[in-house]
Amino acid sequence: MIQLEQVTKTYPKASRPSLDNVSVSIEKGEFVFFIGPSGSGKSTIIKMLLHEVAPNKGRVVVNGKDVTSMRSWKRPHFRRSIGCVFQDFRLLPNRTAYENVAFALEVIGKTKAVARRVVPEVLELVGLGGKEHRYPHELSGGEQQRVAVARAFVNRPLILLADEPTGNLDPDTSIEIMRLLDRINRTGTTVVMVTHDSNIVNQMRRRVVEIESGRIVRDQARGVYG
Amino acid sequence: MRVKYVLSEVLVGLWRNVTMSIAMIITMAVSLTMLGASGLMYRQVDDMKDLYYKNIEVSIFLNQEVSEQERTDLDTKLNADPLVKDVLYVNKDEAYKRFKEMYQDAPDLVNAVKPDQLPESFRLKLNNPEQYKDIYDQYKDTAGVDEIVDQSRLLDKIFNILTSIQNIALAAAIVMAIAALLLVANTIQVAAYSKRREVAVMKLVGASNWFIQAPFVLEAVVAGLIGSLLGLVALVAAKYLLFDGSLSALQGLLSPISWGDILFIFPLMAGVGGLVSAATAWITLRFYLRV
Repeated sequence: MIQLEQVTKTYPKASRPSLDNVSVSIEKGEFVFFIGPSGSGKSTIIKMLLHEVAPNKGRVVVNGKDVTSMRSWKRPHFRRSIGCVFQDFRLLPNRTAYENVAFALEVIGKTKAVARRVVPEVLELVGLGGKEHRYPHELSGGEQQRVAVARAFVNRPLILLADEPTGNLDPDTSIEIMRLLDRINRTGTTVVMVTHDSNIVNQMRRRVVEIESGRIVRDQARGVYG
Repeated sequence: MRVKYVLSEVLVGLWRNVTMSIAMIITMAVSLTMLGASGLMYRQVDDMKDLYYKNIEVSIFLNQEVSEQERTDLDTKLNADPLVKDVLYVNKDEAYKRFKEMYQDAPDLVNAVKPDQLPESFRLKLNNPEQYKDIYDQYKDTAGVDEIVDQSRLLDKIFNILTSIQNIALAAAIVMAIAALLLVANTIQVAAYSKRREVAVMKLVGASNWFIQAPFVLEAVVAGLIGSLLGLVALVAAKYLLFDGSLSALQGLLSPISWGDILFIFPLMAGVGGLVSAATAWITLRFYLRV
């Protein structure tokens, strides 16, 4: 599903590479944590999987598509097979939960009728049934992140990328979000999550890839934060 | 639904930043008016050249003491000259009649001149009006010739003036166009900034580039089209007030500008206004949104 082959990325003006000869392979349906201190290169991996950053060396293959050589005009269509969740939710403040999710559908050409059918379903799935018409500021942090997860998942992507999705949430809420991601993973969606929340990693007992200074120092099948 | 979405985004976009939109439209309108005026003058000068050069004459004035023989010789020579298309001999009486007609508004002048004071002349039409110089060189020293006057030289001066007015209008159009372009770029940046969250989400979920760009580009195009409409109004007003109004005395001199000419120039203005705005907006977005 996802292959990084000897990937090296050095940002301009950086003294050392953010990623240094990194190779990882992730199978379909896996749940993988990328952990490591700030600046270790975790987020660069997410950006590469999104075709936002190109490696200087090596190859990145996502969904059987070579991202390294992908032309930028193909990026929009490619993105539709990847869902994305961030620490800061990235919801539109002037739209309700329903509208936020529906927006993601409508801007890729789905009709309002499709949205009316699919959006309540996915909001129900993330546990926001009954709160469809609340605005983000009327929702708690955990609920906002659920909206973001609903938006990422509404298109039934093959891959869900989560960049520190619990970074702004308290431990209990974080665990609820993790349950949600776990449920999504069980539908067959590959989940890649970048985090430095040791609690969560230890509780989930999933594959852990630890990165330090741009190198992989550990890749463990049922790992802990360490 | 997508068309409706894009159109409502355009209106919201123009309204959100209404002072900037107005500034953009006004500069665009002035620039396009100048462009339109310059285009009209281009046609005008062409029309006038056709009109005048067809009727242009070279006059060979004879001196008062010219002899019968000299006059006949010159006549034969002119008639045989390959440069000359047409020769008309104007005697003193004929010259006086023409003079009276020309200056009928100034009876004092007419009264002060006696018929035999006006020189007799040959009026030539040339096959090619620009070969005046050859005629001049050939005949200036011929016996009996007093002076050779070429009307096209006078006309050239008028056309030079018209051409420079046209160039000034064109230069003003270009300068205003630069101002308009900067305003378009700025407006689009502000619009893109105020919609940065939507744009970020759209990019994230894989909205196509044209869908992200369309509202912004169309916003600029609509402004450009409104500007060109205002420019059309300005040109119509200029024809109504200037050419049909205060300058109507010159109507015999200037070939008339028809409503058709103005309508003909409008697609040019609208096309330039729309396309240039669209291109500016698109380039701005490429730098600013990287989409």
